[in-house]
Amino acid sequence: MSTLVYEKPESLYDRKTHYCPGCGHGVAHRLIAETIDELDIRHKTIGIAPVGCSVLAYNYLNIDMVEVAHGRAPAVATGMKRVKPDHIIFAYQGDGDLASIGCAEIMHAAHRGEDITVIFVNNAIYGMTGGQMAPTTMVGQIASTCPNGRDPLKEGYPMQMAEILSIMPGATYIERCAITDPANIRKTKKAIKHAFQRQLDGENGFNMVEILSPCPTYWRMSPVDAKKHITEQMTKTFPLGKLKG
Amino acid sequence: MSEKVLMCGNEAVAEAAIQAGLDAFFGYPITPQNEIPEYMSRRMPEEGRVFVQSESEIAAINMVYGAAATGARAMTSSSSPGISLKQEGISYLAGSQLPAVIVNMMRGGPGLGNIEPSQSDYFQATRGGGHGDYYHIALAGNSVQEMADLMYDAFDLADKYRGPVMVIGDGILAQMIEPVDVFAKKRPPIQTDKSWALGNLKDRSPNIVNSLFLGDNVLENHNLRLQAKYQIIRDTEVRFEATDTEDADLIVVAYGIASRIASSAIRKARKKGLKVGLFRPITLWPFPAKPIAALAGQGRKFLAVELSYGQMVEDVRLAVNGASPVDFYGRAGGSVPTVEAVLEKIEENLK
Repeated sequence: MSTLVYEKPESLYDRKTHYCPGCGHGVAHRLIAETIDELDIRHKTIGIAPVGCSVLAYNYLNIDMVEVAHGRAPAVATGMKRVKPDHIIFAYQGDGDLASIGCAEIMHAAHRGEDITVIFVNNAIYGMTGGQMAPTTMVGQIASTCPNGRDPLKEGYPMQMAEILSIMPGATYIERCAITDPANIRKTKKAIKHAFQRQLDGENGFNMVEILSPCPTYWRMSPVDAKKHITEQMTKTFPLGKLKG
Repeated sequence: MSEKVLMCGNEAVAEAAIQAGLDAFFGYPITPQNEIPEYMSRRMPEEGRVFVQSESEIAAINMVYGAAATGARAMTSSSSPGISLKQEGISYLAGSQLPAVIVNMMRGGPGLGNIEPSQSDYFQATRGGGHGDYYHIALAGNSVQEMADLMYDAFDLADKYRGPVMVIGDGILAQMIEPVDVFAKKRPPIQTDKSWALGNLKDRSPNIVNSLFLGDNVLENHNLRLQAKYQIIRDTEVRFEATDTEDADLIVVAYGIASRIASSAIRKARKKGLKVGLFRPITLWPFPAKPIAALAGQGRKFLAVELSYGQMVEDVRLAVNGASPVDFYGRAGGSVPTVEAVLEKIEENLK
């Protein structure tokens, strides 16, 4: 007798990935797909793909999806949720998308307390365009537009979006996780599920799960070292845990 | 229901949109269109529909994009500087083929300009306005009644051709109060195939709303499909009004509020025995080039009158293609041509 213990979620396509080896997006996609299956909400979930490495998220997630302009996902999600209040609406955003060009949209979606979920994949770099500095880039971290490392006196300190957003009354659930090891990946899944469940239950308020995610290519590290870097370095600036809710 | 009431252009446009089946309005304050979001903020909740005051014009057009992607009738309104901000979203709406209605009550520019009436956004409204090879239908009324009437057409055309449609007025049409029956053109929304819309995923493969097309020739083929659609619109959706053009020695071409000024000047000219007619484009895009070309030649002259320094006149010249002389008169920056000045220009052309 054999027991099936692991299989591909229905909400995830079986296809080759365009993501780099060791990238966190694939894991994040899978966690979303598993959650959608487990909550049985595939028929009423709409995902929003951002501009960035995950612009092609709709090639992996087997659900209705829209691709939107850089940074505007929370505004698009607002428009969708307001006309489809019975649907689970989630925006999938990177750190350049969410914390830089889309700063106004994310702040005001949280401020209005839109009943949406934002999956914020923070890898502290612009991946798609070739490794430029992001608002979340760590102090001293080398990027193609800060070749000598981020200097906080010139370029500012890394933006802690989860902390910033959590002070807003409209934001009712915010948690920061990391996809570094099985325990943390399970915590991330739990957080995503909790956020979606809140929408499903009609709980008012803006939900965000920030995921610290490795970018071995533009961190110039091996996949193993990249995960170690999250645990040992990134979490000092971006501490894990529930900030709200 | 069919009684006329006094409303300003902004209010009439807003109520007509509601009557046309608007599901969701998203807007941001800017003069001279503020009565639209204000009216919507009161009326949309009364109807159980969506009103959101967005954080910016950029957010508003993206909220429209989101609502439209689910198949809802969605709209935003603004005025010139705000419309510039919306251009990113309008390009995405065109690329993703989403129906939506955008109202532009034009004011003086460039830059912050002023809050006075203007027609200086003609180029922007008729050449796509944002990045990429696209056009959108642009409808221009010249009275509060016609602005209201055009809202019904705007939503139907947006659905029919799956793309953004712009309704264009100016600071005068926005603020001017006239008797209007906003129900005059009320009809059930056209039924179009919305199987592309997001949500309620059952017994079908997922829908993707997208303007990104990678791979060899994929974007080119998408563009060719858009261009084919634009050609159908050019061939079938041109609208205009020609008044006393048959015997005219001079045809004044003017749209929107400029056509009201022009028609007053033409009336005076006719009283003086001058044979002058009015050609009024209602679709600025597609521009009524063929009807103008048909009127050209035969010793006839044209005079374009605008609240700009000469934007639509370029389309008139392209249409006439050298067959007749085309003159221009316009004022902008918030100044409005007077009837007397237009009359003087008419007389000068017919000396």
